[in-house]
Amino acid sequence: MVEHRRFGNLLPHLVLLAGVLIVAFPVYLAIVASTHTDTLIANGQMPLYPGTHGLETYWHTIVSGTGKTTRQPVGGMMLASLVMAVGIAVGKIAISIISAYAIVFFSFPFRMTTFWIIFITLMLPVEVRIFPTYKITSDLNMLDSYSGLILPLIASATATLLFRQFFMTIPKELVEASKMDGAGPIRFFFDTLLPLSVTNIAALFVILFIYGWNQYLWPLLITTRDDMQTIVIGIKKIIDVHDALTEWTVAMATAVLAMLPPVAVVVFMQRLFVKGLIETEK
Amino acid sequence: MADVTLRNVRKAYPNGFEAIKGVNFEVGDGQFCVLVGPSGCGKSTLLRMVAGLETITSGEIGIGGRIVNQIEPADRDIAMVFQNYALYPHMNLYDNMAYGLRNRGMPKHEINTRVQEAARILELAALLERKPGQLSGGQRQRVAMGRAIVRQPKVFLFDEPLSNLDAKLRLSMRVEIRKLQRRLNTTSIYVTHDQLEAMTLADILVVMNGGQVEQIGNPLEIYQKPTTTFVAAFIGAPPMNLITLRDSDIHLPGTNADAGILGIRPEDLQMVNGAVPDGGVALDLTVETIERVGAETYVYGQRPQQQRQAAISAKPGELPPGEILVRIPGQQGPAIGEKIRAAAVRDKLHLFSADGRKRIEI
Repeated sequence: MVEHRRFGNLLPHLVLLAGVLIVAFPVYLAIVASTHTDTLIANGQMPLYPGTHGLETYWHTIVSGTGKTTRQPVGGMMLASLVMAVGIAVGKIAISIISAYAIVFFSFPFRMTTFWIIFITLMLPVEVRIFPTYKITSDLNMLDSYSGLILPLIASATATLLFRQFFMTIPKELVEASKMDGAGPIRFFFDTLLPLSVTNIAALFVILFIYGWNQYLWPLLITTRDDMQTIVIGIKKIIDVHDALTEWTVAMATAVLAMLPPVAVVVFMQRLFVKGLIETEK
Repeated sequence: MADVTLRNVRKAYPNGFEAIKGVNFEVGDGQFCVLVGPSGCGKSTLLRMVAGLETITSGEIGIGGRIVNQIEPADRDIAMVFQNYALYPHMNLYDNMAYGLRNRGMPKHEINTRVQEAARILELAALLERKPGQLSGGQRQRVAMGRAIVRQPKVFLFDEPLSNLDAKLRLSMRVEIRKLQRRLNTTSIYVTHDQLEAMTLADILVVMNGGQVEQIGNPLEIYQKPTTTFVAAFIGAPPMNLITLRDSDIHLPGTNADAGILGIRPEDLQMVNGAVPDGGVALDLTVETIERVGAETYVYGQRPQQQRQAAISAKPGELPPGEILVRIPGQQGPAIGEKIRAAAVRDKLHLFSADGRKRIEI
């Protein structure tokens, strides 16, 4: 097997290449489509090369909106999505790191029960508990608000579990050394635990940001105002127009724009993630 | 500077396990006390109780005349060096040492003076900007010591600080720790399972077994006059030969102790040609194994009249029954299979009661 390296590598590479093409082609098509005119695409002539109307389309999409529909410019949607996604990611991390801290480093009655109660909420994503959650959100007057978009989604069993597993690998001597150095629980948390968790936080942030960004059902229920619409809902609305031609260029431009922040987060956080892996040693 | 006193200290866990069964001892001001014993004997637990990391079930621990049972670890004026060093991985060396001082609200310039001084003593001055991950084991160990020194505590506590180091480094750090302690003249309690460390470091040696103190004293005194067979076998390497007198033909002239345990250190046995030293003991052996370590040679011999009891396994660190270890200087030695006679003079003999709990003077 080792002797035939050259040919042995060929087939796997072809398979990988095919995989990349399959994934990348629709993305490429979306970018290409967003640079042509609506009429061209509506005629069914979808070219495979970039067109010349790109700047125009993106200007309309992000900033001005178009005259044909009453929809908002996508710029505002992106802002709404960003606030929600960051809010959910930060909120989830904050809540779960604190609960994991309590579960791992403090002994209190029903500690394991608490952990398991948190754990079984894995089986209760928002889609399952949507009615009671909606009722509570509405009772608290949080409809059409960012707190309504974010708060009901920030409890996270996954993140709590992840932090718990990480905290359990921290040697107990480190806790004791802090204790002897006169650091109380709060100091230990901020001075030692948080800096050590940077890697985990970065990794979780990537996952949770994308989770938040991709939320569809919950924002659809909670928001009715146009200026609070998220971009994921926006795409759907742009495609579903009545008695008019779907603005495919705008739809595609919106799709491309919707892709950018998660990609940026992955790219940026990946560097932090790797850096954290290299520098941190327990 | 302070003394440490333990009075009837007990530790019982909620599951009923008694880790410490009533320990009394006192460490004088500036003394270096070593707690030694096999793993699970409770020595680390005891140290952690002094540190305040374990609660005290009953009894009293005093540091500098103050009972500290109810005092938080940070307020006991002690510093501890952990086995795995427990350095803060995300802080550089300077911050690692300064952290405890900052938490106590010490002025910056004073912190700086103390850290620089500690770094100078420990030869870490050039490394202060580094993080623990970039250091070797020995350097990390020194940082852990530095973190203790800068606090200028009343008592240093060491929890097996050298056991993560390789043998060579362990030796040099051992010397360094001793020098440092002499220089700072700070009361220290040091836990180890290594009897060599214990012997070389201690002013007072506390030998522990099964949650109890077996013997307390000056290391050489303990070596010369172990009070129980446990101490006899534990202190000294290679371990003391212990012979149950009842099933042997050895007779100790001048005593009528025929039911007891005779102990002879390997280094006290000499190869002789027939004559038994006056009042001493001679053992006829068939050489089974020879270990040459350079400066000396270990001869493992089997006593012929002793039935081989292979089924009875010896405790770790003890010789199998019937086997006798003779330690002779140099590289010369008998051949395997040769019959030799090894003898010890009378005042090198140790005699214990049959249960091994009491030393009988002969």
